[in-house]
Amino acid sequence: MIEALEILLLSLADDDLLIGHREAEWIGLGPILEEDIAFASIAQDETGHAQAYYQLLTDLGLPTPDEYAFKRSASQFRSAHLVELPNFDYDYAMALVRHFFHDAAEQVRLEALRQSSYEPLAGLAERLLREEKYHWMHAHTWIRRLGRSTEEAHFRLRSAIDQLFPYAWMVFEELPMETEMVEAGWLPPSSELRQRWLEKVMPILESLNLAPTFPSEDVLLPMRGGRHGLRSPYFDELYAEMTEVSSADPDAEW
Amino acid sequence: MYGNLTIRPEDIENWGKKVHEEDPQKIAEFEARIDRGEKIEPQDWMPFEYRRQLIRLIEQHAHSEIIGALPEGTWITRAPNFRRKLALMAKVQDEVGHAQLLYSAAETLGKSREEMINDLLSGKSKYSNIFNYPAKTWADTAVIAWLVDAGAIINQTTNSKGSYGPYVRALERICWEESFHLKYGYDSVVYLATGTPRQRAMLQDALNRWWKPLMHFFGPPDSQSVHTEKLVRWKVKLATNDEMRQQFLDMYVPKIWELGLSIPDPNLRKNPETGRWEYSDPDWDEFWQVINGNGPCNKERLAVRRFAEEKGRWVRDALRSPEAKYVTPLA
Repeated sequence: MIEALEILLLSLADDDLLIGHREAEWIGLGPILEEDIAFASIAQDETGHAQAYYQLLTDLGLPTPDEYAFKRSASQFRSAHLVELPNFDYDYAMALVRHFFHDAAEQVRLEALRQSSYEPLAGLAERLLREEKYHWMHAHTWIRRLGRSTEEAHFRLRSAIDQLFPYAWMVFEELPMETEMVEAGWLPPSSELRQRWLEKVMPILESLNLAPTFPSEDVLLPMRGGRHGLRSPYFDELYAEMTEVSSADPDAEW
Repeated sequence: MYGNLTIRPEDIENWGKKVHEEDPQKIAEFEARIDRGEKIEPQDWMPFEYRRQLIRLIEQHAHSEIIGALPEGTWITRAPNFRRKLALMAKVQDEVGHAQLLYSAAETLGKSREEMINDLLSGKSKYSNIFNYPAKTWADTAVIAWLVDAGAIINQTTNSKGSYGPYVRALERICWEESFHLKYGYDSVVYLATGTPRQRAMLQDALNRWWKPLMHFFGPPDSQSVHTEKLVRWKVKLATNDEMRQQFLDMYVPKIWELGLSIPDPNLRKNPETGRWEYSDPDWDEFWQVINGNGPCNKERLAVRRFAEEKGRWVRDALRSPEAKYVTPLA
């Protein structure tokens, strides 16, 4: 069972670790100062959440959060490709839409995990939701605001949504050993979580005339495998950067 | 983080021109209030030159915060563990938050944030010279967080005894946050100083490179500074550059030596008779070169800000669009 637990917790933790990395890139470069600050704040929360998920594994005698985050090989990661994508030359529409899709997914996952039969995770989900609620509020407030502003903003949002929707869809890729997890009452099936996620994001996008079409299997093909250890083409560069200092002197304490 | 206000001869060319047109009685009342230790508030009458110099001071301070976020910000994604990553993110976020507070304080004097940012981007308005040097290694972030922020605290604690209410109140909060940065920086430095040979070498190298900019941090020596009696009288400037530099050396040189680090100045010593620190000339020509745009990173720093400004333009335009006004508030 510990293998399944590690798969589940790493999927959750790795998503938060990597989106925290990407969102932190906005500090100092946002479109207005208030957004630098908001993204910095959200990135801190996400990074802290990743640490908390890893810690649940550490509590079971598995590696420490620092070992999980800074000393793994690429194939041991279980992140969705959505969070590995770069900031595309600081395209704020892409950053905002990714934040919107990711935090809607976080809401859905955490709300389900509150009822998890794995009590340490249920307790943690309860705590994280208190912070996540502000991320979600930030994301949908901005989407609605920009979605009802200029033609350019609307066009940029549409383009970002069309590009990112299939990636976001694959956040709910079926996990390895998912049948066991569902039977143990840890969480609902991914397909059901995806449905709840769609119910959260689609009405907002429809009201802004920004609803995307559902992706075909062909479109989804290259985005598959994140939960199974298959990395996107963007991961290596990201991870080299993340571990640049820690790997320079592996014996050192920092 | 911040460096001291540097007043150049050309900045005061028009000094006093407007003052002649101002009511001497009003000026006398204004100065009496300052002498009594009262704070000047945005709606109060103030001399033209007081307003102008304060805008320059606060604006430079705000710019220093957002430019200062850049050298450290690039290390967030490379921080070596959770503890440092979270702390560095929080620190850099604080710096941007300080810029927000300071732009708001400067706006109370009548210049909009947009105008200030435009002046930064055009090079008309300055920011602290120290951020025109690169943060080459992780150790640089530790030295910056410890010693640059230490300098900033000395400077800002001094300024927080000034006469302009909104600036003073912003500074009080800023100093409180900076004191955490200093603790974080010192802790990071101690880990490097007591770490592996590679870490110690990295730290010494960073200190060697940052020493000169740190000596420049408080501005040129008093003997080279243009006269600022009026600014002192009005409590815009509260301590001389040399006074602040002496305070910094007094507080931090012993701590640096205690960690087994050397300072790249063979002449640095405290004269037991005068009680003052003596040091080699820290190359003031370089200081003026950097202030005039020829430092190692001046062009890059402004290029990054211009890039961010350009990339975010559509967002700011969208927020200003008339349709946006009709969106129902969500909360």
